[in-house]
Amino acid sequence: MKRIGVLSLQGDVSEHVAMLNTLGCEVVKVRTLEQLDSVDALILPGGESTTIAHLLVTSGLSDALAVKLKEEMPVLGTCAGLILLSSEILDGRSDQWSYGALSVSVRRNGYGRQIASFESELDVQGVGRVPGIFIRAPRIERVSEEVEVLATLDHGDGAGEHPVFVRQGHVWGLSFHPELSSDTRVHELFLNSL
Amino acid sequence: MSSSISSSTTGTALVKRGFADMLRGGVIMDVVNQEQAKIAEDAGAVAVMALERVPADIRRDGGVARMSDPLMIQEIQASVTIPVMAKARIGHFAEAQILQALDVDYIDESEVLTPADEENHIDKWAFTVPFVCGATNLGEALRRIGEGACLIRSKGEAGTGNVVEAVRHLRTINAQMRRVHSADASELYSLAKDLQAPLALVREVAELGKLPVPLFCAGGISTPADASLVLQLGAEAVFVGSGIFKSDEPVRMAQAIVEAATHFEDASVVAKVSTGLGAAMKGWETASLEQRLAERGW
Repeated sequence: MKRIGVLSLQGDVSEHVAMLNTLGCEVVKVRTLEQLDSVDALILPGGESTTIAHLLVTSGLSDALAVKLKEEMPVLGTCAGLILLSSEILDGRSDQWSYGALSVSVRRNGYGRQIASFESELDVQGVGRVPGIFIRAPRIERVSEEVEVLATLDHGDGAGEHPVFVRQGHVWGLSFHPELSSDTRVHELFLNSL
Repeated sequence: MSSSISSSTTGTALVKRGFADMLRGGVIMDVVNQEQAKIAEDAGAVAVMALERVPADIRRDGGVARMSDPLMIQEIQASVTIPVMAKARIGHFAEAQILQALDVDYIDESEVLTPADEENHIDKWAFTVPFVCGATNLGEALRRIGEGACLIRSKGEAGTGNVVEAVRHLRTINAQMRRVHSADASELYSLAKDLQAPLALVREVAELGKLPVPLFCAGGISTPADASLVLQLGAEAVFVGSGIFKSDEPVRMAQAIVEAATHFEDASVVAKVSTGLGAAMKGWETASLEQRLAERGW
């Protein structure tokens, strides 16, 4: 059985863990190098991207995760996790870094502050309709050719359809939080790819 | 892959509670200006609480403590990328309306400010912005959730630098939740009466074994060890008020408490970050206080 890690430095770790448990996975909360080395795939949860980035450095995990990404370990990031995986961050801190594992530009809080957080149903390729829960969500503004778009959203703000769920080989990024719903199909899609 | 939907809904219980979920494992720091806000963000805070005076100074100065000047809240919003919270007085829904108009990310209906209504808290369901409220016991927590709070924090005794009241509140809430969780269904009516809490929410606690919203800790947290203590007691994140900017070395204290919050179960990490930190805030023995803020709210 595959061992799935959930980066457990900060954020909505327990929702991902609960969902993976429901799906019968062996789950490891990853806070140390040994724990990172023990997993076959990793989920980067929602949370504050600046906080998680800071804690990746102080806990000595940041370089090791870069190596894992280069070695093509499957990684899925939701919200803050998407920001960490992206290649360009707009409206972030001037010194904010990211792994560049997904060739996408994301705008932090691209839909607005918390008052603008919203729910909207999504149509995910290969899955169907799923609940989309967007919380101070990053907005994917540009994707390069090698990025596969699995779901889009027209937020009704005149900007038209834009991606909210992308995949580039072993790296997956979502603007929304499937882990906050009871629908396990997005996680199943990721697990079935392993 | 065609998902052309414009039927988005904002302000749902799910996005309000979900936002609190995103703060878990983190540290929310009180800040009074842009410089402090930047120090907090640099140190890894998950959010800042913008207010004109930290609780220790409110306690020292006396007088009526109110919502902060919108200008300082806006300045802090402009200076950081992390969420910005702000405090409204208990029952002062007009202050809350102003804070929502300012687009703050969370409102703390707080006993640290002077209450505006001695009977009623704010009807928080009427707002799109989520609210956090303090509680000293399970009944108080469930009354606040009944009014629409999406996040509960222990009250502790703000501005004292003394964690004893926060520990009391967390232990009380936990013990009462264990009692409810182990109760027979027929006992829940009487428990709801004793707790002075809505029956539906008591039933939810009985089923879940925990609150239906996240439980954070506030009030007197001043050291990395304090953060580790309350997180081991079941709090899911910590608010640090006076403890950072009233310490000798705020930058190091802020970083140390953030690391301790992440690695709260690993004493070797908490030991490392606690080493040579300089003095924590001086603090007060709660028995000697003239005014107990935790007694505000009903």
